[in-house]
Amino acid sequence: MSFLGFPREDGSVGVRNHIGIISVVVCANDVTLKIAQQVEGAVAFLHDQGCTQTLVDLDQVTRTLVNLGKNSNLAGVLLVSLGCESVLIDEIREKIAVSGKPVKTLGIQKTGGMLPAIMEGSRIAQEMVIKASTIRRETFDDSYLSIGVKCGASDTTSGLISNPAAGAAFDIIYDHGGTCIFGETTEFLGAEHILMRRAATPEVKKRIEEIVTRMEKRAKMMGVDIRGGQPTTGNIKGGLTTIEEKSLGAIVKAGTRPIHDVYEYGNKITKKGLFIMDSPGREPEFLTGVAAAGVQIIIFSTGIGAPQGFPFVPVLKITGNPKTERYLSDHIDKFIKLSEEGENTIAQAGEEIYEEIKAIASGKKTKAEVLGYGQFSNIFTIGPVI
Amino acid sequence: MIKKRTIVINSKDNVATALDDLKAGEVIQEEVDSLKKNIKLNQDVPFGHKFSLKEIPSGSPVIKYGEIIGAASQLIKVGDYVHIHNVKSNRGRGDIKGGSQ
Repeated sequence: MSFLGFPREDGSVGVRNHIGIISVVVCANDVTLKIAQQVEGAVAFLHDQGCTQTLVDLDQVTRTLVNLGKNSNLAGVLLVSLGCESVLIDEIREKIAVSGKPVKTLGIQKTGGMLPAIMEGSRIAQEMVIKASTIRRETFDDSYLSIGVKCGASDTTSGLISNPAAGAAFDIIYDHGGTCIFGETTEFLGAEHILMRRAATPEVKKRIEEIVTRMEKRAKMMGVDIRGGQPTTGNIKGGLTTIEEKSLGAIVKAGTRPIHDVYEYGNKITKKGLFIMDSPGREPEFLTGVAAAGVQIIIFSTGIGAPQGFPFVPVLKITGNPKTERYLSDHIDKFIKLSEEGENTIAQAGEEIYEEIKAIASGKKTKAEVLGYGQFSNIFTIGPVI
Repeated sequence: MIKKRTIVINSKDNVATALDDLKAGEVIQEEVDSLKKNIKLNQDVPFGHKFSLKEIPSGSPVIKYGEIIGAASQLIKVGDYVHIHNVKSNRGRGDIKGGSQ
């Protein structure tokens, strides 16, 4: 069992060969985007952070940017800064460079403003793309796969069909020695006892309880009922009544295998097995979190129909809702039809998703990739903008 | 094959999920406590939404996936549409003192 991926200096394997143009601060987004638009083979990562935040958040932003840069789907990285931001671009460059890939920096103030910065950045990216284009795909064992899972725009079909199907695929990846990462801690509320039973060690069990308590405290701090925010207005329209119901349907997307560890947001996960990354459920922050963790592909289970992808990680969109399959076919990569024999459907769908992952890993494009849906990412932060 | 129009996920559940848009007055056959029962729907139940298999007194748990998904905020009769109008969440309640279980 194998796939065709791009070998990287640090021993990891990419399934894409992009040059990442990564903005280190909100103020550099415009230039970052222009460079990526100019250079075929380059992709932009944009976000709203990087300055006038507390140190806790600046650490989290720095850590996330470093690990995004290290993601094996990027053959090279150009970091773009304004020049006066709180995050330190040279620190980020040095830490990404440990992976062995080319990393360059560009400062807008230093270069003389937007126009010369776009020109210089485009030339750097052009060189990087040409160099990366000589890297050839090679055969790798399935244990090199690192896959994330997410559910979004959920309705009751998510918990009944597409989430269990994603979970079945996760079990297969786990059994082949790969890495499986899930999160969305808010959607553990009411289902954490089930996850805690699956913890590989008592420490992991305690950590699961800790991150759920912390997330619930954060939500309650605002003094309002979580309902409306979670489940979302769309979830409620789709038939989900409470966060507990949403959570019970959500956690099945992570399959049934033991949970090996819990990581804080934005950390790189290089071990094999099933892991939790503490993260919120909202797409721009979650997808960034697992991309930083190092996943090459994300399985995205949707009910009502979420179109988002991610700039340099292919997102495989699956649904069990026949209406969504019909009306939003431009965004759905795989429809899972529920038959009378529910159990068999799910197991078979898991196999099919696994095969699809390997096809995508070997170069097949997802619908979100082709449409370029997913330009607006973000990094999860805890404190206020100050 | 007749298309399955409802699903009960776990035998402990006191609610079923509609796999089609169901209308008030329709009679649904489902297994409740190992007995086949005819349940007449008291209201319309849209695709993906829930209805009650048993009477659930106010304050008692609503069960799906064999787990508690909330508590009845009023008496729920057999065949009632079950959603945010008659179920409250036990979690993330920043709006009430104590807040959660």
